[in-house]
Amino acid sequence: MLDNIYQVMRVTERIPEGKCGATLVLDGELPCQAGQFVMVWLPGVEERPFTLVNDTPVTLTVAAIGPLTRALAGLEVGARVWLRGPYGHGFPPPGRRLLVLGGGSGIASLALLARRALAEGAEVRTYIGARTTDLLMLPWYPHWSTLTLTTDDGSQGIHGNVLQAAAEQFAWADGIYACGPEPMLAALARSRRSDWPPCWINLERVMRCGIGVCGSCHCGSHLVCADGPVFNLEQVTAELLAPPH
Amino acid sequence: MSPSLAVDLAGLRLANPLVLASGIWGCAAETLVRAARAGAGAVTSKSCSVAPRTGHPNPTVLPWAGGLINAVGLANPGAAEERLILQEAHKSLIPLGVSLIASIFGSTPDDYAEAAELVAGAQPEILEVNISCPNVASEFGLPFALEPDAAAAVTRAVRAAYAGRVFIKLSPNAVNIVEVAAAAAEAGADGFTAVNTLGPGMLIDITARRPILSNRVGGVSGAALRPIALRCIHDVTRAIGLPVIGTGGVDSGEAAIQMIMAGASAVGVGSALLGEGDAVFSRLQREMLTIMQHEGIASLEEIRGCAHAG
Repeated sequence: MLDNIYQVMRVTERIPEGKCGATLVLDGELPCQAGQFVMVWLPGVEERPFTLVNDTPVTLTVAAIGPLTRALAGLEVGARVWLRGPYGHGFPPPGRRLLVLGGGSGIASLALLARRALAEGAEVRTYIGARTTDLLMLPWYPHWSTLTLTTDDGSQGIHGNVLQAAAEQFAWADGIYACGPEPMLAALARSRRSDWPPCWINLERVMRCGIGVCGSCHCGSHLVCADGPVFNLEQVTAELLAPPH
Repeated sequence: MSPSLAVDLAGLRLANPLVLASGIWGCAAETLVRAARAGAGAVTSKSCSVAPRTGHPNPTVLPWAGGLINAVGLANPGAAEERLILQEAHKSLIPLGVSLIASIFGSTPDDYAEAAELVAGAQPEILEVNISCPNVASEFGLPFALEPDAAAAVTRAVRAAYAGRVFIKLSPNAVNIVEVAAAAAEAGADGFTAVNTLGPGMLIDITARRPILSNRVGGVSGAALRPIALRCIHDVTRAIGLPVIGTGGVDSGEAAIQMIMAGASAVGVGSALLGEGDAVFSRLQREMLTIMQHEGIASLEEIRGCAHAG
């Protein structure tokens, strides 16, 4: 009986993201649903969950924020990365008109969904927002049908956030897909109208086990790792709008 | 007549013997209540200490071929904050008829007593005293559960500070678990949870050439622990007439029945939530009922400790 906890892969390509992030293409495959995640470990550093930007080959996008993400973003081609997963539940099969809303590094969890939908002939209108130009991620990604960038400080694209910029698109879409900071998702929940199409969000949480045991990633009674990370917005609206403890 | 899963646990009636084990899901009121709705007879919160703790960095919890290994490192928001979580959980658990077990730990007997006083306001049905966590030795030294006098000292301190039911969580690592349990019983324990995780153990990644857990070592649970847990429960209940929540690798109705036959009054479920989530509670209930029908067992009391004979 082998433990086989981690698969080890090597970086084959490193694409800089903004000032200090990176997209890492690895030399392995981990077939997954769009929206699922992997636990990524660098021995001696840490282990954290990351969405799969692609599964063939495995591709990760990291924003350099903490010790692990800084170490990952700085990896050279040839360096090794340890992964376990994929875990969780991804997005349901999309329709033909996808409205994709990504805040900061959240856009990474929507990339594979868009890629597959576009390959199926769907249209993908994407809005990527960040506080400032340096923090915009995946603007180069070729699998958005149309792309609009926003920055809070107006340093690039539309001055404002993705929800404001995409306001006219909610009626066009047959599915809304969002990931980003919790205030962005809370704002989406607050502005949700009954005539909107289904809204799917990918929640980000600090996780320990990633496999539904420890409970540290809970959002209300939901476990983000095992029940999510993709939820229908209605499932978690109460939690998103609840005042913090 | 169909068999009954109801059990008595230190004067508490549980609709079924399954108890959500400490450290699994128990960080929040909502997840404790969810486990209760899914069919747990009682739920245990994650251990809390007087002061908040962030725990160890990841990797902290890993699945391996024999179950789980973990070194979460007793992460918790502190007993005062935990009391609020417990109070919120309790409000929803009472109408469900599901008991709340509050788990505490500390670094000294006085520390345990203070944690007990802090969570007492939530009025849990049972206070579980975790003297057996195997993955904080570098910080706290060896667990109190390894030595009868140390276990008795903690039990006495908690007993003096807390009027409700006190269960001591025993370690499978004790050289003589019966002596430890007897000392705790003498010091005023009302029952035991047996057992905590085993070890500590270690996993090594051969490509990284190092232990995987950031803490290097962690407690071993799941299938690998079950035969050891059964022996511990058997020995403790045969020697001491106090109720035991039998915990360690229960992942089937058969394993739950084994725990009862070893002498347990209730049965902890933890690692088995891996993969299956809270559906494990209804599955284990169904499997237990099927076994009881097949074996002509009307109540669990009828078979509790039957393995002591012979």
